[in-house]
Amino acid sequence: MKNLKKSSKDHLITYGILLLVYIVAEILIKTGNMSSLMQGILVPVCVYSLVAIGLNLCVGYLGELSLGHAGFMCVGAFCGAYTTKMLQGTINNEILLFTIALVVGVIMAALFGFLVGIPVLRLKGDYLAIVTLAFGEIIKNIINVLYIAKCSDGMKVAITDGGAIEVDEAIGEMWLVNGAKGINRIPHLSNFTIGMILIFVALFVVFHLVDSRSGRAIMAIRDNRIAAESVGINITKYKMMAFVISAAIAGAGGVLYAHNLSTLTATPTNFGYNMSIMILVFVVLGGMGSFRGSIIAATILTILPEGLRGLADYRMLIYSVLLISMMLFNWAPAAVNWKKKVMASINNKTSKKGQVE
Amino acid sequence: MDFLSYLINGISLGSVYAIIALGYTMVYGIAKMLNFAHGDVIMVGCYIVFMMMGKAGVPPIVAILGAVVICTVLGMGIEKLAYKPLRRATSLAVLITAIGVSYFLQNSALLIFGADSKSFTSVVNLPNLQLAGGKLTISSTTLVTVIVCIVIMLALSFFIKKTKAGQAMLAVSEDKDAAMLMGINANATISLTFAIGSCLAAIAGALFCSAYPVLTPYTGSMPGIKAFTAAVFGGIGSIPGAFIGGILLGVIEIFAKAYVSSQLSDAIVFAVLIIVLLVRPTGILGKKIHEKV
Repeated sequence: MKNLKKSSKDHLITYGILLLVYIVAEILIKTGNMSSLMQGILVPVCVYSLVAIGLNLCVGYLGELSLGHAGFMCVGAFCGAYTTKMLQGTINNEILLFTIALVVGVIMAALFGFLVGIPVLRLKGDYLAIVTLAFGEIIKNIINVLYIAKCSDGMKVAITDGGAIEVDEAIGEMWLVNGAKGINRIPHLSNFTIGMILIFVALFVVFHLVDSRSGRAIMAIRDNRIAAESVGINITKYKMMAFVISAAIAGAGGVLYAHNLSTLTATPTNFGYNMSIMILVFVVLGGMGSFRGSIIAATILTILPEGLRGLADYRMLIYSVLLISMMLFNWAPAAVNWKKKVMASINNKTSKKGQVE
Repeated sequence: MDFLSYLINGISLGSVYAIIALGYTMVYGIAKMLNFAHGDVIMVGCYIVFMMMGKAGVPPIVAILGAVVICTVLGMGIEKLAYKPLRRATSLAVLITAIGVSYFLQNSALLIFGADSKSFTSVVNLPNLQLAGGKLTISSTTLVTVIVCIVIMLALSFFIKKTKAGQAMLAVSEDKDAAMLMGINANATISLTFAIGSCLAAIAGALFCSAYPVLTPYTGSMPGIKAFTAAVFGGIGSIPGAFIGGILLGVIEIFAKAYVSSQLSDAIVFAVLIIVLLVRPTGILGKKIHEKV
């Protein structure tokens, strides 16, 4: 243990906490000590944790704000659910089916991340935020007018004009994507174990990334783009790398999300701007750059409102106040100086004590 | 005739976007920040006009004046409390704070006014204009919107070119530190910019809700984002750019609604934004800014 780097130790602690939480939760479920309400939010907790890990890579390490992670999640969810619906009859093994759906969802989210990344990564700061926001809205809009049906004479696709496709369910024809009604009757393949495995894998990926040469390049770009460029770091490549991985993880969250529902629709509440903001709140409250923090924040902020139903109306208001005060406290020069002063005085006191003794 | 009436509707919607975009563009030019909460100030303005006209029964012009005053105070308050302490912080921190403020305004409105949509009565009650023997009807709201937009544009250009405060704004947006050395009170100038932006937001809100009379706590966010798109389209930081961008975007949106699909119009507007940023990131009238090392 002594030979480990500080960061590796830190990662092991994170894995350890997660494993412990998983074991405790499983014991509680098996012994019947967990309410059905709590069991119902275990998968959403995993979903939000995953997307928060993805966004944290983008915000905390790349230093760019994406408001489109709900969009990547949406891509992952719809592509994953679509794949499952397509293969449902041919593949009977649930794990295999989910894995294929996951791979498709993640690849598609990564692909969209790449496509969005091309224009976006030429931009900085505020522009990037607004373009990712625009992307999320476009995705939601398109999915709401997309109609795909499996008919006896092949696949039929229509955009905006869903009435043109006639589906007779009696002869085995079915809607795969039914416009604003979304995807129906998705097999329930997500569970807590799969969610936890996905979080482990995502953490493994991001930890390896940030500790690698590429990760250091990404952080160098965040800290000073021009200096990084002048020492020969390929800005576009590393920015794209971080952004695509970030999108892919959000996509994985989306696949998990989709298979936890029977009907998947793209509404402003689940894949809109508000979802992106909620994920951002998780990331900011957990600490930008701390994946463990993101998971903890996502968990607490998902469980807390369920437990305190009475506060549901005030939930978003409280989030917004928390968001503003966290930013002011952590970033305002005056607050930063004040914190330094307090820390210095505490250090002074402890060191003086040490001298007396 | 259809084409002409779509065009007029587009210009009217575009005028609203232009007025909102002016607020974005001025704040961006001076404080170098994207004021995400701008759209929600519009929503607050709408609710105030709605309450004053509906509940208190005051005439529309008084209601708009009331909204202008309250929004101006609100805008300056937001600047003072949330943005000013972060003046020297990273842009990411400022942006997230702005999103927090936007969220705060939306959810406060949700708690105060409820989630149900209110139907807004137009602030303009003049007879509609009939042209070409009744074939082409231009609603009075449309006409007033366009005229108000042009008047605001001209007034603002005059203000910036001819007054001391306007010159101070230009100076601060060029180089804040140098402007301060010349004896310009940068904080007061930034505050004034927010005040003007929020005042315009209140007017834009009243006009927008007169044309699209559904008022919810989320009314402001979409036009806000689209107006930002317009500001980027025209070249952020440029006042004529905001005007041109706004009008173009409004026309594109109405044409997309009429000729492509009403469900896809938002997607098309945002696609325009992405294409503009890809081809010409500085917008139509924007200046290319080189980053100094």
